Amino acid sequence: MAKIAILKFPGTNCDYDVLWAIKSVGNLDAEIVWYKDFSVKGWDAIIIPGGFSYGDWLRAGAIAARTRAVERIAEAVSQGVPVLGICNGFQILIEAELLPGALLLNDSGKFVCRWIRLKIEKPKGPWLLLAYDGQEVDMPVAHAEGRYYVEDYIQIEALPKIKYLDGWNPNGSAYNIAGIGSSDGLVLGLMPHPERAAEPILVPRGFSTGGSIVFKSISKALKSGW
Amino acid sequence: MIYTVELLITNKKNVRDPEGDTIHKHLILRRGYKCVRKVRAGKYFVFEVEANDSEEALRIVREMSFKLRLYNPIVHHIEVRLRG
Repeated sequence: MAKIAILKFPGTNCDYDVLWAIKSVGNLDAEIVWYKDFSVKGWDAIIIPGGFSYGDWLRAGAIAARTRAVERIAEAVSQGVPVLGICNGFQILIEAELLPGALLLNDSGKFVCRWIRLKIEKPKGPWLLLAYDGQEVDMPVAHAEGRYYVEDYIQIEALPKIKYLDGWNPNGSAYNIAGIGSSDGLVLGLMPHPERAAEPILVPRGFSTGGSIVFKSISKALKSGW
Repeated sequence: MIYTVELLITNKKNVRDPEGDTIHKHLILRRGYKCVRKVRAGKYFVFEVEANDSEEALRIVREMSFKLRLYNPIVHHIEVRLRG
């Protein structure tokens, strides 16, 4: 059975939610791995979950991005292992330069925690295998540093993207960017929390289980390729 | 010798700084300091660096700040200077 590593740093706090979603929605095996014990060997995919690694000091994700564990993740990516970063995990991938752009303090200057509507654009790779271009999904966000910034849209035009629908951008992100992937979609990062939107019991009235697509996609991808 | 080196980090010109903007609009301008045309909030570090001369101390801090990403070159402007 395929096995997924869920990387835990000091301050990571969404690890058990992700573990639950991987097992119950994705029907995959997963294990929470302390960052000091992490090695590339044997993992079919890697997830960096949300939280506040190193207390968000310096910048959210900046300290975790310079650990040996994240250097090893870069190595895993070059070997073709899928990597997903959720919220603080996305901030870590951005700070590690495994994904383009930067994530700045929200326009409001405050932590924002609410459900939003999203649209998937140019899905590619294992994490969005079952998504179609233009598919609308709902998920909650919970972050203070999620304002995406990129110097020029040309840099990200061809990449897989998850965007806030017009009117749902909670942080002032450029081009409504909520998440972005590498050109082959092997690496994906997003501010919204798919693990908090993967099962009906977690979803408030008027929204849908938009996060399940990520776990169903990786499940299918690891079983039959992508 | 120990040199005291400062690192100042602010957002680049074209990157919005909501904290600086809010301080400017709702505090400084509101209380009459119309002469203050712009405010940038940022981050500040002081390092005590062992080096042979001040040039070397500055070089070490510049290199370290870039390599370890104490600032993010995509969005930040920095100033590295000797204190005193």
